Amino acid sequence: VTFFENSIIILYLASLGYLGFLGYKQTKNSADYLLAGRDTHPFIMAMSYGATFISTAAIVGFGGVAAWLGNAILWLTFANIFIGIFIAFAVFGNPTRKMGLRLNAHTFPEFLGKRYQSKFIQMSGGVLILFFMPLYTSAVLIGGTQFVATYFGVDYHIALLVFSTIITGYVLAGGLKGVMFTDALQGVIMFVAMAMLLVMTIYSLGGMESAFSKFAVVWEHTVAPLANTPMKELKPGSADFLMKLSMNWGFQGWDKMPQFLSEGWLFIVTTITMGVGLGVLAQPQLVVRFMTVKSKNELNRGVLIGGIFIFVVMGSAYLVGALSNVWYYEFNEGKNALQSAGGIEKVIPHFINSALPKWFSFIFLFALISAAMSTLSSQFHTMGTAFGRDFFEQLSSKQFNSLHVTRFGVIVMIIISVGLAYQFDNQPAVIARSTAVFFALCASIFLPAYVGGLFWKRMTKKGVIASMFVGAFVSTFWLLFVHFQEAKVLGLCKILFGTNSLLSGKIIFVDSLVIALPLSALTAVVVSLLTKPDDQAHVNKCFND
Amino acid sequence: MGNFDFGVGLAFWLMNASAVLCIVYGVLYWNKDKQEKAIDMTTWNKDEDKINEEL
Repeated sequence: VTFFENSIIILYLASLGYLGFLGYKQTKNSADYLLAGRDTHPFIMAMSYGATFISTAAIVGFGGVAAWLGNAILWLTFANIFIGIFIAFAVFGNPTRKMGLRLNAHTFPEFLGKRYQSKFIQMSGGVLILFFMPLYTSAVLIGGTQFVATYFGVDYHIALLVFSTIITGYVLAGGLKGVMFTDALQGVIMFVAMAMLLVMTIYSLGGMESAFSKFAVVWEHTVAPLANTPMKELKPGSADFLMKLSMNWGFQGWDKMPQFLSEGWLFIVTTITMGVGLGVLAQPQLVVRFMTVKSKNELNRGVLIGGIFIFVVMGSAYLVGALSNVWYYEFNEGKNALQSAGGIEKVIPHFINSALPKWFSFIFLFALISAAMSTLSSQFHTMGTAFGRDFFEQLSSKQFNSLHVTRFGVIVMIIISVGLAYQFDNQPAVIARSTAVFFALCASIFLPAYVGGLFWKRMTKKGVIASMFVGAFVSTFWLLFVHFQEAKVLGLCKILFGTNSLLSGKIIFVDSLVIALPLSALTAVVVSLLTKPDDQAHVNKCFND
Repeated sequence: MGNFDFGVGLAFWLMNASAVLCIVYGVLYWNKDKQEKAIDMTTWNKDEDKINEEL
């Protein structure tokens, strides 16, 4: 590490420290700590939303998936922009903000609990966050720490301690204001680095038209020859094994969609695009952002800022992932990306080190650290509020200062997450799959309650509780006993029934969200219509100023 | 765009179109909602003050 690099690191840490301090100075009550005072600038809100949305795993993990499966993953970028930003802000944003204000809600579970006048709903939301978000958090923590440890050549556990201590500092002191201020800075770093990455990659390949026209040639020379090679002759997990697997799943090239209704098509459409793209609407740490602004104007402006941010950051990660195949083919003895890097998760870091100048590796490191920190800080804050506001305060008969309880919750949940990151650093697959479980559960449990709560006055408390049970049960069953990824990695199905999945064929490639969400939504509607409407005066309070 | 097939090409253009949609929406509605600022925060602030006083 040179003097210049050291100076930049110190400047970065000092900036985070200053922004955390700024958050601390501006935090006077629980509303400031939990909702950033409800008067956040649209730029800060939108950048914070985007930076929280995108973790290191989204850039490195999905960038690697793009190198493996190709540009079909651009459907996820489309879903991220259209659903994750446009629909989320323009359709859900203002009703959430207004109803949150009318009901004096500070967290997403509290929002649902107050909308349906149910402590059970609030506490269930809190418990879901407390059980599953630490796993998601530890996955992000492991990813971020491994980059720091590898780049600086330090021990993983020391890096983990330093990394988590820094984030703890500004989350604990500055609350959501500290989180959002630092998120905005980190979002800017991510935006600049990813834009540079795309431009430099395309430039090195001779321009857009030239770069995009070579996918077929590279596929023809590096993957197509595997067509007649039996899978058993390939080493499991090797680059050729993975490429052959993609062919068996129906993939036909990095510039083509997999065959219609093939395993690959189901994976791209149901798991990647719908599971991740739609699931984002019910993420507690993102929904709460809508309640941090004072008017609809801020949300409207956020659409513009967030849309451009996701377009550049995610679009760059996926396009560069796929294009790395062309670069390696041209500059690395005719090999594709996986053959050159040796694994899906290794493609993006390997590509940065091989194809781009050393100074850019340093900038990119900051983008990855920023992506991890921005997601982590929001997760820590959300878990802390779930512990304090949604669980502890609801259980206790005494009234406590939300600010203190939440700070205590943040500390507890950070300790748990860091403990998991210590424990599972050699088993990233379990953690990564647990993350998918959290996403799936959030969508199937929260989404019908959230959508109905915002737009359907007839939705009842009983309908919501029934839908939450159905969503939780169906999701859990599908993930543990059917879906090809989670059921295999989590291993319960194998222990109980001696097989990786209770079903067989293409159905095991269908994401749990596609099964659980319609059933959960249907339950919500049917039970609501069959039960007595909720108190009309309360419903009117929810919907009218 | 290169040799993208219909499915990938559609994703590529929808990605661009949705980004443009966000920009156009943001510009058109940048300051469209002045009346919304009238939303009353006093009740909420009173609730907060009451809780803090009790504490």
